Amino acid sequence: MKNAARRADGVKPMAFLEFSRITKIYPGVTALADVSFDVAKGAVHGLMGENGAGKSTLIKILSGDLQANEGRITIDGAPQTYASAKGAYNAGVVVIHQELQLVPELTVAENLVLGRFPANAGIISRRRMFVDVEAKLKSAGIDIDPARKIKTLSIGERQMVEIAKAVMLDARVIALDEPTSSLSSRESEILFALIERLRSEGKVILYVSHRLDEVFKLCDSLTVLRDGKLAAHHASLKGVTRDQVVAEMVGREISDIWGYRPRKAGQTRLTVNGLRGEKLLQPVSFEARAGEILGFFGLIGAGRSELMRLVYGADRRLGGSIDIDGKPIDARDPRGSIRAGIVLCSEDRKHDGIVQGRSIEENINISSRRHHSRFGILNRVREIETAEIFIKKLRVRTPSRKQDIANLSGGNQQKVILGRWLSEQGVRVLIVDEPTRGIDVGAKSEIYELLYDLADDGLAIIVVSSELPEVMGICDRVLVMCGGRISAELDRDQFAEKAILAAALPDKKTPDAIASREQTA
Amino acid sequence: MTNQLKRLLLGEQGLVVIFVLAFALVSLLVPNFLTERNMLGLFQSVVTVGIVACTMMLCLSARDFDLSVGSTVAFAGMVAVMVSNATGSIAAGLLAALACGAAVGFINGFVIAKFHINALITTLATMQIVRGLALIASDGRAVGINDPNFYQLALSKLFGIPTPIWVLVVLFVISGFVLNRTVFGKNTLAIGGNPEASRLAGVNVDRTRIWIFALQGMVCGIAGVLLASRITSGQPNAAVGLELSVISACVLGGVSLAGGRATMSGVIVGVMIMGIAENAMNLLNIPAFYQYIVRGIILLLAVLLDNLRSSALGRR
Repeated sequence: MKNAARRADGVKPMAFLEFSRITKIYPGVTALADVSFDVAKGAVHGLMGENGAGKSTLIKILSGDLQANEGRITIDGAPQTYASAKGAYNAGVVVIHQELQLVPELTVAENLVLGRFPANAGIISRRRMFVDVEAKLKSAGIDIDPARKIKTLSIGERQMVEIAKAVMLDARVIALDEPTSSLSSRESEILFALIERLRSEGKVILYVSHRLDEVFKLCDSLTVLRDGKLAAHHASLKGVTRDQVVAEMVGREISDIWGYRPRKAGQTRLTVNGLRGEKLLQPVSFEARAGEILGFFGLIGAGRSELMRLVYGADRRLGGSIDIDGKPIDARDPRGSIRAGIVLCSEDRKHDGIVQGRSIEENINISSRRHHSRFGILNRVREIETAEIFIKKLRVRTPSRKQDIANLSGGNQQKVILGRWLSEQGVRVLIVDEPTRGIDVGAKSEIYELLYDLADDGLAIIVVSSELPEVMGICDRVLVMCGGRISAELDRDQFAEKAILAAALPDKKTPDAIASREQTA
Repeated sequence: MTNQLKRLLLGEQGLVVIFVLAFALVSLLVPNFLTERNMLGLFQSVVTVGIVACTMMLCLSARDFDLSVGSTVAFAGMVAVMVSNATGSIAAGLLAALACGAAVGFINGFVIAKFHINALITTLATMQIVRGLALIASDGRAVGINDPNFYQLALSKLFGIPTPIWVLVVLFVISGFVLNRTVFGKNTLAIGGNPEASRLAGVNVDRTRIWIFALQGMVCGIAGVLLASRITSGQPNAAVGLELSVISACVLGGVSLAGGRATMSGVIVGVMIMGIAENAMNLLNIPAFYQYIVRGIILLLAVLLDNLRSSALGRR
């Protein structure tokens, strides 16, 4: 209610979902402080903020997973007092988390009626179940066969099923937490169409995202959180600029996210010749020079990550050679590659990068400790020193080096993984696969800055990215992959969206149609 | 006041606090508990479980599992007795027991790491195979010890404290050091935390896992020799169910079955709580049948407490 006065357009639509004075305090940390805003019926409301700004906490309070210390949520004028996920469901609130809550071995229909199987005396009426589900899916405009098992669906389709679950429950408020983070552009389009449809049915959609383009495209109104406080509330996005929102999120102006710095490339550092593997059947060859940032662009499934895993020795090499500074290296596993000077930050940070449950200190030292341990015994002083140096240098936001890495935000986890490799000695090739996925704007520029510094130091840096603006923004040269082959090579002065996309696409699709779509993704 | 109590019990050292409280309580309430004689008896009774728990801790913290320890202890004890009887040399028997234990462990580790077979299944198989070997070697009967000096392994004392207790203490110290201060220990915890990330970070996952199991086997060899010496014979049916007591003690001590989390102090406390419960119940003349129930309840309570603690520490 308080924010009504701040509204730009002066018109005050009926507030349907209201957060008033929400405060959440953890021992030692205030996650949310006195946050109030409201959302009108039939509106898609964006919720933005950097990692750690309090978005997740707010969403968890909405979903009943957490209880606020102070303040309350009001839906359609009725104050809510639920204290569990079930209570939230009963109040008509469904939150769709990044990690989807589906049972892979069950069918779409079974997942949708889970907990409420239509049954007579405990015997499930399969016919009734399918009829019900099919009708609901149809009315929501979701085109998925209810008899398919969840495990056979793509991530995008699974997300549709999650939304269908919300529709089945007749949810009044649907919150989506970073829904497009693992979707392809096409899948995102389908999702957006579905959201439009839900809006027209008068549902309230709370849309949490990092992606400005999506928020501007989709949302009617917007709330920005920063450090657990309300940084801005826009009841309408009319006249609001992207730079303004970025500034609200970060708390300062970021003029140019990329901050590209030209530099001279040196000698050829990495030569990959005819490399083949089980997931990359055609031989691939390329070179990277010292001091160069080499981009690898392509659609999902183009073979970029597979190629990098082969270069790093994470997957078995079936043929081909890898030379560093003209000397062939014959590493058969990551250990060998690290010793030869190649390191990789994987695309899937959670599965392939961080060691959950262990401290930042241990995550940084995991590889480089071999340089300072003697007879297998740790050098504690050096370990602590190394951790402190890189926490400081990379500006990892954490109360202590002893913090469990799983408790850090994505950006800070990425910095720790980078710290792991920077603490290594003799790194000559740094491969970063989707270095800024799920990372907010402020941390992004910090990571780019770091990559430039490393390139200045003479490392060959390979950046794999699905974000075209990122590739064009930071790389000196781009190799485009398509169907497991390198389909184009462009120097920085030749960069053009259309040319890069055309090379990334299999022949059938028209580059223009995708170009406009990729831009929004 | 209640908040402070909560913080103390659910904090990092909560288990140790509870242990100290329980110890004080039992000392006050159970007659004859806090006597030198009973204390030595208490420690003697946890020697086997405690020794094996040292390496079981490593195994569990690497997200692995070893069910074959009970069989290996019995088998190693048999081997020690039979070899020293045959050669007339206790040292030869000792070495043979350690070698056999290590061999069983190595086979476990090799199969698990290289062929990617589930540790539970692999060690369930070797548990039965090794028990079978022990039974075959002895024809199912206890094998008596020829050289009385063999008894001295368990009976001899240093500064008034029996040798097995010294062995236990030394192994506690070594394992704590290995876990916290060596590359091997840190790699073990990292593998338990996230095996694939550890591999990609350059940890030699396969070799570390094989080493863990080989060490586990060797330590079972030590436990087997001491046990054989204490029961004055090689018993093919010794240490049945030991694996469960050891895993219980570790879990009681806060070792996560999901891997990546273990402390030596926790494991020591876990072992001691199990020992004290049994000892106190014996002193109170509670029949053995009831003791199973009490042990089960203690384990459940400990796991509940652990759950409370993780949610109190809270994830943001």
